[in-house]
Amino acid sequence: MAWTKSILRVNLTEGTCTPEPLNMQWANDYLGSRGLASKYLTEEVDPKVDPLSSDNKLIMSTGPLTGTMASTGGRYTVVTKGPLTGAIACSNSGGYFGAEMKFAGWDMIIFEGRSPTPVYLYLENDKAELRDASHLWGKSTWVTEETIKTAHQDPQIRISSIGQAGENGVLYACVVNDLHRAAGRSGVGTVMGSKNLKAVALRGTKGVSGIRDFKEFLKVTSEKKQILAENAVTGQGLPTYGTQVLMNVINEMGALPTRNHRDVQFEDANKISAEAMVEPRASDGKPQLVTNAACFGCTIACGRIAKIDETHFSVVNKPEYWGASGGLEYEAAWALGSANGVNDLEALQYANLLCNEVGMDPISFGATVGAAMELYEIGVLSKEQIGLDAPFGSAEALVKLAEMTANGEGFGKELGEGSKRLCAQYGRPDLSMTVKGQEFPAYDSRGIQGMGLAYATSNRGACHLRGYTVASEVLGIPVKTDPLTTDGKPALVKAFQDATAAFDSSGLCIFTSFAWTLADIQPQIQAACEGDWSLERLELVGERIWNMEKQFNLAAGLTKADDNLPPRLTTEPAKVGPAKGLVNGLDRMLPEYYELRGWDGEGVPNGPTLERLGL
Amino acid sequence: MQKSLYIDPVKCTGCLQCEMACSYIHTGAFNPSKSRIKVFDFEHEGRKVPYTCTQCSEAWCLHACPVDAIKLDAQTGAKVVFEDTCVGCKVCTIACPFGTINYVADTGKVQKCDLCDGDPACVTACPTDAITYVDADWSGLGRMRAWAARANSAAI
Repeated sequence: MAWTKSILRVNLTEGTCTPEPLNMQWANDYLGSRGLASKYLTEEVDPKVDPLSSDNKLIMSTGPLTGTMASTGGRYTVVTKGPLTGAIACSNSGGYFGAEMKFAGWDMIIFEGRSPTPVYLYLENDKAELRDASHLWGKSTWVTEETIKTAHQDPQIRISSIGQAGENGVLYACVVNDLHRAAGRSGVGTVMGSKNLKAVALRGTKGVSGIRDFKEFLKVTSEKKQILAENAVTGQGLPTYGTQVLMNVINEMGALPTRNHRDVQFEDANKISAEAMVEPRASDGKPQLVTNAACFGCTIACGRIAKIDETHFSVVNKPEYWGASGGLEYEAAWALGSANGVNDLEALQYANLLCNEVGMDPISFGATVGAAMELYEIGVLSKEQIGLDAPFGSAEALVKLAEMTANGEGFGKELGEGSKRLCAQYGRPDLSMTVKGQEFPAYDSRGIQGMGLAYATSNRGACHLRGYTVASEVLGIPVKTDPLTTDGKPALVKAFQDATAAFDSSGLCIFTSFAWTLADIQPQIQAACEGDWSLERLELVGERIWNMEKQFNLAAGLTKADDNLPPRLTTEPAKVGPAKGLVNGLDRMLPEYYELRGWDGEGVPNGPTLERLGL
Repeated sequence: MQKSLYIDPVKCTGCLQCEMACSYIHTGAFNPSKSRIKVFDFEHEGRKVPYTCTQCSEAWCLHACPVDAIKLDAQTGAKVVFEDTCVGCKVCTIACPFGTINYVADTGKVQKCDLCDGDPACVTACPTDAITYVDADWSGLGRMRAWAARANSAAI
């Protein structure tokens, strides 16, 4: 079995760690990682629970292919009820932590209750201990990692932790592992902080031995790696330029949200692009990008490792930021840059470093700054209220606001609540570029119509990783569709959402889907797991997961009104570019989407649908 | 022709496919903690470096072993630990200047790279050719060729 069949239940209130067998019926129905952890959450947590109360739970989960030689087999998922959205939160991360959890012999760790004092979980194979973390409270994710490794005299420990953002209640705090990989969205780190759980430190030496047919598994994973190597996106584009390869492409399409979505093209996109990251700088003659890097098991290696310009105003006299560290991914470069009209690549990298260090989502943070800058420009927020001048394009403001949010100082506290609460607070809820309270990522749905529906219906709030129709509408994967029309998009969105849920539950990375379809994942799962894992079964698993998440959200009190877009995207046409004159046609897509899903007019799954999916 | 591992750290992405392949060949499980090749992450420099035994001609480990449990494989040039003979005294781990022979508590023996009988699993698994298996007498050939190309282009 590719599952270890063991889960660890950690009751933080009681201070106990109890192993229990994995529910194999659920593993068979929900596969692993995202699906399986979500099943446990929906069974064990009241959907109406206050996300930051001790009754919420936080689940870290691997998939059956995590910790194997399948390419990208290093993913794990953090699932909880999210404080930013009030919906199910499910954030996925790479690095090495997930594989280590598997090597220690665990499919999943469920955290419940709330510790009376700060603790971290130390897990060495079967040995599980909650240890005092008072000395780590208030420390960054970087210091936390180093301190724990030093204390245990073991540099091979892998760690996921929260930084100051998760402790201070920033509603979009991440759980950061391996210094700069993150379960980034929806505030999963905030929940961890509310439980007084500072970190999880793992050391696993058991390995993964339960592959059903090792010989077949090695053969098929090797063939599938070859497909990734030969594909233009996964074999060349991503390793060379990272996800940042998209900056100029999306800008040219007129789908790069700019200045809080006022505009759809950023005149300085090229200055914050992948190409800019490899240009030698005037100051030191070196490019910002040092190298690419892989997560565990990944043969794509899209990760960016970068060095900031030591002479940049943000880091003068701060040598702790001068070393190589996680560099800008497309979403972060967009949110910190284009969303605020900031074109200073080094300022973006500094804000990115801060986000990793204190553990906050650069997408939600950057987009919230964008909203604040608009409120400032239209005179709703004053210099006095913010504490500084904050016009669009100000790198100084971005840097200062990042520090204030990271430290929970002054106006930074308000930014830490996200754009929905900020804009509501100042009487302009219409200016919050969010769905279900979560900030948009880097694709404007006026220029890429399908993404409007994908955002509106995403179960964790606005997100590009739940149904990335950009692949089809922009890159032609698996088939090219017209980004400017809504025709056929409901079916496309549904297909992407269901397949993604299955990808995410396998333990592999969704970026493989630039080259693979679910049919490429299927034989890898079949070789690893007992039972008959047909393509049809995987598709059904994906759809089942989607509907289960939806049911949780409905029970939490979300309604059709939450499957919506901000009025700016449906009433203010794009001013320039290929999408000039267009708004998003959500109203045309949503009813068809509900129907295709087998949901009623209010977006509630109907009886036959639930029966078909075994829900 | 004898061959040796040739490692080019610049090409390493840190994916650990080599560690999984090594552990699978030797233990039957994907288990980097049992790998004989290790990738080191110098994160503040942005460098990842795979490192393993270089199969010294005058092998300290082999000479230090009091029970002759480490023998030369004449075919591959590998210095191979014979587990049946090894008593787990760890003297070899002290003798090795490079740290590439290590004790395994689970087995009570030491382990080191044995070049997989001339077909190193790490080489096959490496997706970026950071680890290759080349003519032992010409491990510098690739680098020579690169410099030769530069010399030639300068002449043109």
